[in-house]
Amino acid sequence: MEAKTAEFTSNVARAIADSQLQGTMTETGPRFIEKRAKARAGLPEFDALRDQARDIKDHVLAHLDLYLERYEAKVAESGGHVHWAETAEEARAAILSICRKLDAKLATKGKSMISEEIGLNQALEAAGITPVETDLGEYLIQLRNEPPSHIIAPAVHLTRDQIEADFRKAHTHLDPNRDLTEIPTLVEEARTVLRQKYLDADVGITGANFLIAETGTSIIVTNEGNGDLTQTLPKAHIVIASIEKIVPTLEDATTILRVLARSATGQDFSNYTTFSTGPRRPEDPDGPLEYHVVILDNGRSNVLGTEFQDMLRCIRCGACLNHCPVYQAVGGHAYGWVYPGPIGSVVTPALIGIEKAKHLPNASTFCGRCEEVCPMRIPLPRLLRHWREKEFEKHLTPAAVRSGLSVWAYFAKRPKLYQFGTRIAARLLNVMSGRKGRFASLPLAQGWTRYRDMPAPQGKTFQAMWKERRHG
Amino acid sequence: MELTRPRVGLFVTCLVDLFRPSVGFATVKLLEEAGCVVEVPESQTCCGQPAFNSGDRKDTADIARAVIKAFSPYDYVVAPSGSCAGMIKAHYPELFAKDSPDRAAADALSEKTYELVSFLVRVMKQEKVAARFDGSATYHDSCSGLRELGVKAEPRKLLRTVEGLDLVEMEDAEVCCGFGGTFCVKYPDISNVMVAKKTKKIAATGADLLLAGDLGCLMNMAGKLKREGSALKARHVAEILAGDTATPPIAEAE
Repeated sequence: MEAKTAEFTSNVARAIADSQLQGTMTETGPRFIEKRAKARAGLPEFDALRDQARDIKDHVLAHLDLYLERYEAKVAESGGHVHWAETAEEARAAILSICRKLDAKLATKGKSMISEEIGLNQALEAAGITPVETDLGEYLIQLRNEPPSHIIAPAVHLTRDQIEADFRKAHTHLDPNRDLTEIPTLVEEARTVLRQKYLDADVGITGANFLIAETGTSIIVTNEGNGDLTQTLPKAHIVIASIEKIVPTLEDATTILRVLARSATGQDFSNYTTFSTGPRRPEDPDGPLEYHVVILDNGRSNVLGTEFQDMLRCIRCGACLNHCPVYQAVGGHAYGWVYPGPIGSVVTPALIGIEKAKHLPNASTFCGRCEEVCPMRIPLPRLLRHWREKEFEKHLTPAAVRSGLSVWAYFAKRPKLYQFGTRIAARLLNVMSGRKGRFASLPLAQGWTRYRDMPAPQGKTFQAMWKERRHG
Repeated sequence: MELTRPRVGLFVTCLVDLFRPSVGFATVKLLEEAGCVVEVPESQTCCGQPAFNSGDRKDTADIARAVIKAFSPYDYVVAPSGSCAGMIKAHYPELFAKDSPDRAAADALSEKTYELVSFLVRVMKQEKVAARFDGSATYHDSCSGLRELGVKAEPRKLLRTVEGLDLVEMEDAEVCCGFGGTFCVKYPDISNVMVAKKTKKIAATGADLLLAGDLGCLMNMAGKLKREGSALKARHVAEILAGDTATPPIAEAE
């Protein structure tokens, strides 16, 4: 997918001016937070599970090669095929090659962020294969030709009215006078349209929440059951997953599953947790005849062993987005690429380069709420700060910020000079404020005074007054 | 008796020093009333957070070394700010390599550094204050104090002992106000959405007074309240706990 991360500032301005978006964000944002809080409160061992989940992934990341090879062997044993893809290009090529061998025309798809990351739908279309998203949210944004705005709720930015309009435009074969004013009728319509696609599809493509090394199993969690129909009905099931999705055992996966849905939607468990191991066996009544797993690196292995490694623990639950006041202010599209929110601002620079994504790590107040709720205990503010350090090292920090910082640091390291300067500044600003106690506008502080008044200093510095008190 | 009184180095913070020295004096009063001997090292300037959060590790480390040196003689270091105390306590150690002398010194300083109100309650075991304020107040939990230092119950505990003060909780008291240091001027549009949400929640309480433990957040919220024409006053929690209502509130004249 093409990155629009460099236009972050204008993306933000557009998002803030979009009253429809602001309305949906204000409405949906608090719901995720309430549900997660309730789910967490219902499980006393929640924080202990977070520790376990973190330790499992840390262990995997320390032995990733071992577990990936073990997984590949197990997939082969069960009759499936693993395809290694170092880049997005290689992943697309692997999938297209499988589709071509089957002479595929139609591909149903379960929800997958990796598919978004590698721009799979565009590649399939270019090859004459029609991709059909079967997750309702993904289906909606596919109709609109938009990227997802949230990791688990891709269409969270849309209103019911927008969805109705999109359905009327897309489903022209249906009665134009049908009632689409209620959510259940919209869901029913999507279900009807998609049901036929499942039956017609040649291949089914899904993501994976986990790859299990000990069994060669892939696991997906869904709430709509669309994943099951996608992967069991067509001739072939193609799983697309990134390298860090691996866990050693089924037990490890279930430990992480206990924090996943609770953190994501506030459910104890997702409606469907589906395990897939290899293609249909002779004794199976149904299932795909072929089972392929495309495992993508796309820059992730470069993060191993660096100060950024912790980002690879992420299980894409979306809790950090839901709790982020910046995400809640601008929505997911403003971030300009596939992964929005705090985790997106950490992952995106690693995958597309800090040069292109330099705004993202800076657009944070470091309020720390993301780290507070992360089920995998990823220290998101620290990782964002590490990106700022990289930007500073590479001179990507804006020149004005850099020079301002160096002047400030020069003074901050020279207390006598600093205090001389602050004494003058306190006096000067106090006089300039006309003793009104604040400024409505202040040169060099327009970023501040555009939206708020600037409180004026009381007139003397504490240091000066303290000296007077001691000597006077 | 005199010998057992803890010697506290006051980390006044750059914002209090420049904008609102009355918060510094309220802090001194509270510490002295709690039985501390307060000293103010002259060589302090700033905790280094602007450099740290801009990715400038070298300048941060230089400033941290100066702070560590200036404050090492004291039993405790206390700041009227969760953000600056959090910087010293949570982040100074990570600036230096493990097993280096700088790291040992940073760890030692981290160990004895506190945000003001949590210091009064946790270390000085203070149960109440001798102050009066007639009106209702709402308290905003600044992010660093809350999440890096766990300051939540302490300010409420002491505020409930202020005679005449009615403490009302705002919705989303734990949500960031949008200040974020240089964030508020680097991304003013986002910051504005955040602070506007915050002032709405503050106003919804019907309180007369907004309190918090960090001057940066307070300047942001008070500045927005004034821009919106609100009659709500804003003060640092130390001022109310110390009984200082003579000083005009933040962003207001006498």
